Amino acid sequence: MIELVSESRCIECNICVNICPTNVFDRVPDAPPTIARQSDCQTCYMCELYCPVDALYVAPESDMKTSVNEAELIQIGLLGSYRENVGWGHKRTSTAKADETFQILKQMK
Amino acid sequence: MIKTLTTDLELDLEADVLVIGGGPSGTWAAWSAASSGSRVILVDKGYCGTTGCAAASGNGVWYVPPDPEARETAKASRESLGGFLADRNWMDRVLNQTYVSVNQLAEWGYPFPTDDEGKPYRRSLQGPEYMRLMRRQIQRAGVKILDNSPALELLVDDDGAVAGATGVNRQTGEKWIVRSPATIIATGGCAFLSKALGCNVLTGDGYLMAAEAGAEMSGMEFSNAYGISPAFSSVTKTLFYNWATFTYEDGTVIPGASSHRRSVIAETLLQQPVYAIIDKAAESMRPSMRLAQPNFFLPFDRAGIDPFTQRFPVTLRLEGTVRGTGGIRIVDESCASSVRGLYAAGDAATRELICGGFTGGGSHNAAWAISSGYWSGKSAAEYTHSLGEHKTQRQVKRVGEVVLHSGSDRTLATDEIIQAVQAEVFPYEKNYFRTEQGLTESLGRLNHLWQELRSSQVTSEKELPRAREAAAMLATARWMYSSAIERKETRGMHKHLDYPEQDANQQHYLISGGLDQVWVKSQPLHGTEKSQSKIGAAV
Ligand SMILES: Cc1cc2nc3c(=O)[nH]c(=O)nc-3n(C[C@H](O)[C@H](O)[C@H](O)COP(=O)(O)OP(=O)(O)OC[C@H]3O[C@@H](n4cnc5c(N)ncnc54)[C@H](O)[C@@H]3O)c2cc1C
Ligand code: SF4
Ligand code: SF4
Repeated sequence: MIELVSESRCIECNICVNICPTNVFDRVPDAPPTIARQSDCQTCYMCELYCPVDALYVAPESDMKTSVNEAELIQIGLLGSYRENVGWGHKRTSTAKADETFQILKQMK
Repeated sequence: MIKTLTTDLELDLEADVLVIGGGPSGTWAAWSAASSGSRVILVDKGYCGTTGCAAASGNGVWYVPPDPEARETAKASRESLGGFLADRNWMDRVLNQTYVSVNQLAEWGYPFPTDDEGKPYRRSLQGPEYMRLMRRQIQRAGVKILDNSPALELLVDDDGAVAGATGVNRQTGEKWIVRSPATIIATGGCAFLSKALGCNVLTGDGYLMAAEAGAEMSGMEFSNAYGISPAFSSVTKTLFYNWATFTYEDGTVIPGASSHRRSVIAETLLQQPVYAIIDKAAESMRPSMRLAQPNFFLPFDRAGIDPFTQRFPVTLRLEGTVRGTGGIRIVDESCASSVRGLYAAGDAATRELICGGFTGGGSHNAAWAISSGYWSGKSAAEYTHSLGEHKTQRQVKRVGEVVLHSGSDRTLATDEIIQAVQAEVFPYEKNYFRTEQGLTESLGRLNHLWQELRSSQVTSEKELPRAREAAAMLATARWMYSSAIERKETRGMHKHLDYPEQDANQQHYLISGGLDQVWVKSQPLHGTEKSQSKIGAAV
């Protein structure tokens, strides 16, 4: 579930509020959005992809809350890692072009 | 029960075609309707581009070049798995249309890879990329999109033809109405809020709305798809479990368990935890796997697990009709439902026509979403056009009733109803391994819940979207189990322990419907008509 909106990184664009499929966030005037309905989070990671500054972190546990530490996440390179993997963001190219499903299907029995 | 429309609605719009749902099928529908010159409005519960299961997950596509031999193999490969309920004519249509449409995606700029022979490879679509592109394309085609705007009920005219829908913006609370002579339900399937990847927006809303307008379902017994995921995670991507070894906690291999034989996994999970390790994937293949499905590795990387060398607990999450094949019954090649003015596309519609009683893997669902989306959009636009002047002179009324008005002051316990429905549809011993007794008892409890739901009301308008989801899931569960009881055999994904064999006398479709009185009846195969006559007759 979504666990972090980084206060230091967030630029208050409210994109996450707009794009979250299950309406988890609420906008707050002059502040980062709040995680208002955490239990509705479907752990789809879409907000991370759309956040322009890698301010969000979705923990892999989908049925329970976990605690996360922002500094640690940055240190081990997890903040924004999915966005990097799919090649979204400034000066990156989509990795869809590198999709190697054909290699895998060749190995299918 | 039907209330005449009073216009206390803030946003009052008109369109030639209304599309409800903005996944692949809805966006293809909107695009084909708009590119034939119609005014199109698309509404989505979430944000068109990120919501629905394709956006979050990505799709392999049933994309087969028009080589007769390859096409023949593609058709033949699924017939027996699907229990011989598919229709070769529909398979041909879908193969043709998918080929054309996926090539269109390449023209629009989808960054397809090239294979090791340097040829374009078009059988796999990465979800976020695909759906971002679809949003941009429909906006270019002039489609007006209402995001965060779940539809709550359909409108009908004096003749009972569907004439649009109403709903609410879940962030502003603003109510909306769209009047349109043709409406397409593209709301996806129903996964009962199981948290399977991208599926929590899929609660069967479209089925409920359609049924209130009088539409029928087909194949609701084929609704018990379960996806493998790490036990802690939402990521129900199953392809790579093809290279997994499944073990008990002590590391001993579970005999017979594989991604194809999930029933062994389900049986074991009833007793004890099941572990997996993707150790059969050759070292050389592993980087390709990361490039093919980046989101498969997300939960592992974040939980600090190397799935190729470390065992991890797995579970089976219900994907219901999402990777099942049941849905709104299609009556002809235009993807019309049995109610005038109402069309269905994608997972909201039955997919028995192309894969019988079994899907999951093989990429039929994505191909169906593209093709049925395209056809429904085109035919809905033609239908509206054929109505001419007449279309704007109609009186419309709302046709939704469940939880919308009951005349009682009992408070609806929405969350409790949802949990009670989940308790009937999640457990493998009820839904995966079906028995006469189990189904009958479950249905009894579901019917009882329905009565409770019908005699209660929400206390505030804010709760309406969730209450309608609860009602839709409950209605879906009742069509599912009523149909499952009727199919006294094992066919496709429907596993009936009391009737473990496939019975040649039951090679038919099961049509279902009804709200307070649920009914099921059988219908011979080849039950759809060619569309020419229908569109022709309406002109
Ligand atoms: C993990 C996973 C992997 C999959 N992989 C494959 C694959 O490899 N190959 C394949 O062929 N298929 C695959 N599928 C299935 C495939 O993704 C679906 O068949 C396809 O996305 C269906 O498209 P759709 O547009 O009909 O529905 P969806 O993509 O589910 O979209 C439905 C839309 O309707 C909206 N909606 C719902 N209710 C309302 C309402 N009341 N008002 C307004 N909008 C509403 C939702 O927000 C959503 O945007 C997979 C599914 C899952 C879950
Ligand atoms: S998308 Fe990112 S930057 Fe924008 S409001 Fe959300 S967290 Fe902040
Ligand atoms: S992971 Fe998905 S559901 Fe959860 S907050 Fe992000 S976008 Fe919303």
